[in-house]
Amino acid sequence: MIEARNVRKSFDGTEILKGVDISVDKGDVVAVLGPSGSGKTTLLRCLNFLERADAGTLTFDGTEYDLPTAKKSEIAAVRRKTAFVFQNYNLFLNKTVLENVTLGLTVARKMPKDEAVERAKAALERVGLGDKLSAYPFTLSGGQQQRAAIARGLAQNPEIIYFDEPTSALDPELIGEVLSVMRDLAAEGMTMIVVTHEMEFARSVSKKVVFMQNGVVVESGPSKEFFENPREERSRRFVNFILSER
Amino acid sequence: MFGSEFLERAERIIGILADSFPKLLRYGVTVTVPMTALSFTLALVIAVAVALVQYANVRGARQLCRFYIWFTRGTPLLVQLYLIFYGLPSLGIRLEAFPAAVIAIGLNEGAYMAESVRGSLESVPKGQLEAGYCVGMNYVQIMWHVVLPQAFRIAFPSLGNSLIGMLKETSLAATITIVEMFREAQIINGRVYESLWLYLEVAVIYLMFCTILSVVQRRMEKRLGTYGGVK
Ligand SMILES: Nc1ncnc2c1ncn2[C@@H]1O[C@H](COP(=O)(O)OP(=O)(O)OP(=O)(O)O)[C@@H](O)[C@H]1O
Ligand SMILES: [Mg+2]
Repeated sequence: MIEARNVRKSFDGTEILKGVDISVDKGDVVAVLGPSGSGKTTLLRCLNFLERADAGTLTFDGTEYDLPTAKKSEIAAVRRKTAFVFQNYNLFLNKTVLENVTLGLTVARKMPKDEAVERAKAALERVGLGDKLSAYPFTLSGGQQQRAAIARGLAQNPEIIYFDEPTSALDPELIGEVLSVMRDLAAEGMTMIVVTHEMEFARSVSKKVVFMQNGVVVESGPSKEFFENPREERSRRFVNFILSER
Repeated sequence: MFGSEFLERAERIIGILADSFPKLLRYGVTVTVPMTALSFTLALVIAVAVALVQYANVRGARQLCRFYIWFTRGTPLLVQLYLIFYGLPSLGIRLEAFPAAVIAIGLNEGAYMAESVRGSLESVPKGQLEAGYCVGMNYVQIMWHVVLPQAFRIAFPSLGNSLIGMLKETSLAATITIVEMFREAQIINGRVYESLWLYLEVAVIYLMFCTILSVVQRRMEKRLGTYGGVK
């Protein structure tokens, strides 16, 4: 469904992404793993044009986009089919939970208010926030904020959701509620790319693993294989390190 | 101790105060207040525009804005008033005293307000812009629905203080031939020679206006709320 090829990105002369390929089939959950600073966030951001890649192409549902030169209308087309969940939620702080979800629908998509509210309520119901519609983000726990952010993404009816370490900013006791929402989405067939340090989640939920280090994909393949029998020495060290940490 | 001389003098002062109070108040309401309102409106428009140009990093215009802020904050309002009212005519730009005062005071306070609006804009967490893009909104839509309302809430107390400051600064308009509340006090004093009492009286009227403004400011601040957050 989506395939990115040769994604390159430098910041201040340092190459952070050195030609990364990633492909995701419909209904897949792909976990992107790798040590800190390996370029995982940058990769996701490039796929959604939050960052302009220096090189690379993105094929989305058969349409090819040139990442460095894509026009505004093309960027809009890609964003219409995707949702992004940030590490820090990034909820609109002056809007209630419900408004956070409806805002993009009514303002960007010009959806009638009733329809947007209906869709937003359904999305919030799905993440277990049906009773928090009129709460402001400030009054919510981190876990609730992140679930609201997921609902905001879901309401866009995306074909794929990008998650950038959705649980890294959360207190340990709040991680479970967010992962469980993501698990449900995976079970319902949602296509997702998940950058995460939650190995248990990657192992049990994701179909495929992409392991990055220093701006390159070291290994990618079925997650079962990756965890049980990594092909590359660097992947093996990473897996052993992660397992020994627990 | 309270001889008839003292009583006579007290009577005279009370008479003068009672006589001048409605006159001063009338000038306050018909000149000082409108001048303040117009200058503040102008300052607010300038401040938001100048702050946005810097926030969005519009090249060229940004330099111009920095220059304006540097110049305005680095020179006295009195000098600016004189430049606009007495100086500009030699370039062929002749302004009536009232609009000249409104422009000078508005331009002056606009520079200070621009800095506080810019600070407020920058204190709105940037991630919300990105989240806005991801749900399909464009820059203007995000600014309008998300960033500006939050910045306005943050800037509100400081804008209120600017408004109060401007009300007092309008007294400088007396120096460019405008008869406003303070000038009227000077004129009356020219006839009766009771400087202490007349200037105290005009001080009290300024105090009344400013007190009303700060009460209104505090009420509005409460009503604006903080989106459930603590301030
Ligand atoms: N806007 C930027 N400007 C300059 N350098 C950047 C920028 N964004 C990221 N970098 C650098 O790029 C490198 C990779 O960053 P990135 O956030 O993609 O890594 P990551 O794999 O997501 O790491 P983490 O697991 O810590 O989130 C880091 O060294 C970071 O400092
Ligand atoms: Mg990251």
